[in-house]
Amino acid sequence: MTTIETSETRYLQVINEKGEEDPSVMPALFEADFRRFFETIVLARTFNQRALSLQREGRIGTYASIWGQEASQTGSALALSAEDWIFPSFRESGVLVARGYPMWMLYRYWAGDERGMSAPEGMNIFPMSVPVGTQIPHATGAAWAMKLKGHKKVAAVYFGDGGSSKGDFHEGLNFAGVFKAPCVFLCQNNQWAISVPRSSQTAAKTIAQKAFAYGFEGIQVDGNDVVAVYKAVKEASDKARSGGGPTLIECFTYRLDDHTTADDASRYRSGAEVEEWKAKEPLIRLRLFMEKKGWWTKEYEDAFMKKAQDTVDAEIKKAESYGAPDPADMLKFTYKELSARQAKELKERGW
Amino acid sequence: MPWTKIYASRTEFEKALKDSPGLRGITYKEAIREATAQLLSADKSVFVIGEGVDDSGGVFGTTKGLQEEFGKDRVMDSPLAENGITGVCVGAAAAGMKPILVHMRTDFLPISLDQIVNHAAKWHYMFGGLLNIPLVIRSIIGRGWGSAAQHSQSLQAMFMNIPGLRVIMPATPYDAKGLLIAAVKDGNPVIMIEHRWLYDHMGHVPEEMYEVPLGKAAVRKTGKDVSIIAVSHMVHEAVQSAEALQEEGIDAEVIDLRTLKPLDTGTIVESVRKTGRLIVADTGWKECGAGAEVMAKVAEAGITLKAPLVRINLPEAPTPASPVLEKAYYPGKDDIIEAAKKTTGHGKR
Repeated sequence: MTTIETSETRYLQVINEKGEEDPSVMPALFEADFRRFFETIVLARTFNQRALSLQREGRIGTYASIWGQEASQTGSALALSAEDWIFPSFRESGVLVARGYPMWMLYRYWAGDERGMSAPEGMNIFPMSVPVGTQIPHATGAAWAMKLKGHKKVAAVYFGDGGSSKGDFHEGLNFAGVFKAPCVFLCQNNQWAISVPRSSQTAAKTIAQKAFAYGFEGIQVDGNDVVAVYKAVKEASDKARSGGGPTLIECFTYRLDDHTTADDASRYRSGAEVEEWKAKEPLIRLRLFMEKKGWWTKEYEDAFMKKAQDTVDAEIKKAESYGAPDPADMLKFTYKELSARQAKELKERGW
Repeated sequence: MPWTKIYASRTEFEKALKDSPGLRGITYKEAIREATAQLLSADKSVFVIGEGVDDSGGVFGTTKGLQEEFGKDRVMDSPLAENGITGVCVGAAAAGMKPILVHMRTDFLPISLDQIVNHAAKWHYMFGGLLNIPLVIRSIIGRGWGSAAQHSQSLQAMFMNIPGLRVIMPATPYDAKGLLIAAVKDGNPVIMIEHRWLYDHMGHVPEEMYEVPLGKAAVRKTGKDVSIIAVSHMVHEAVQSAEALQEEGIDAEVIDLRTLKPLDTGTIVESVRKTGRLIVADTGWKECGAGAEVMAKVAEAGITLKAPLVRINLPEAPTPASPVLEKAYYPGKDDIIEAAKKTTGHGKR
């Protein structure tokens, strides 16, 4: 017997939980970059906390918290260029906030107004996918279309550890491998698919290694290290843009909150496990690292927090004062143009 | 009009050619191939993908030679994954392409139902009208040669139920070309259902690109006694039955629906208002089928009928493989003739 091929799955961490850097893998980043990481995480977290409060007050519907996953979300979003296309899942508030998606629209969406998911022109963001994993082949298709058109753009798609078990994952990644689609597959492995732990999701040691079978590279990164995520996504998107094909990036992170506001995670996981991960959350290490560099002070953080809260307050105000949707929209947007039958229905219903 | 005429056989078309030398006869499969080639030439965003589109058979001849002509980036086979490919095409359509996705059997559409129903049909709505999914999915009803339960189904009714989709079922070469071109230009997801028995059917097809508008039925024969509204292959059975009925003094009107979603309610209602009698001949099953919808349209119009309405469909059973059973399974012109005689026995003609 001979060995035909062996695979290696790399793990990337740049800043550890104590805020210590590994200089051998540290990319060329400056103070302004770190401030951008820090401030985007704080803004995303502020958006998230307010969403949870609004849900408790009955002002929005069920919401999926991103707490603990902010580095995976903002680090990846900031590494992509503005022309790249993003296919988010439903737990991607941090990605959207990092891309500058109007927060008032996100609050409208979570309050049940679908107009909140009609991304402003030029934003290149698809509506978040509530069905699990079905956005993966869409991203492959969009990436492939961009390649056919000769555009130097990348499609980045977000999904969870649960989504990686779907047929859509297999079909989307396999196709991307065959056609060398410029796609970055971003698995947000937050260890729990509602109540199913990562160990019950796949017998594989990592999700990253699955890329090997599709003929392209997979890498696991410390998903709570914003620099590692940023670096991996930057490299993968540069590679895709220059014709090198897709990459699977597994962001190894943790969902600190319940699955959604309609869930109670204490029924299926231990408090001790959650506490252990709280100590590893992304902002702690970034703060420590920046403090050592002299880029962080308490005054800086307090001032930015205040700014973030004021921004979010203003966005909520805007969201809540926005007019209700028109029932005619239901019929108007079903087809590219209104059909004769729909026009009749509009009239009959008095819309 | 030369394009409304249905020729029973190639010989009949050749006979007609002697009288009208301006006719251009090609088969249904050649019409689809010609439409696809013209679409590929005219619009760089069009591409063709599907299992078998590049093999020597070229999906019963409908894509034959297109890869050699347009290259592997525009006409290609894909990894074997019906739902995944459909999803890839939804994504490509959203990114500005106009995919023609070929699923060699209509039976493969249920495998892709998630992407068709939950995604393709929904995105224009969910995007608040900002984005179209100009995706055409071609699929083929099999019949004969033991196609049987899993390679022969007529599933048009499933898709008629979904807002956001269009469903077309051309019965002639002229319509196959014109509807396919219109479907690609339509900007909405369109399910095109072809019938394997129609592929060698010959008819008049102009060489230039033209569109047959979606949502418009065609009157194949005018008549005053009974409306026979038919779909796909059943249009041919209906035309033949109308000819036989004429000899017996029954003047049947034959309507080819061509588009099932949206249905041409105006043409249906106008015809039944005139005849007061209706037979719907469909290639699929009866319950909640295309015929049921046609009848509902007639009922909603409040027309005074002269006789109970009749539906001609498949028996309530999966398609058998045995040729003996198959023969018993599929309805044809004799069933339409019998139904027409029965229905015209009611009331005054």
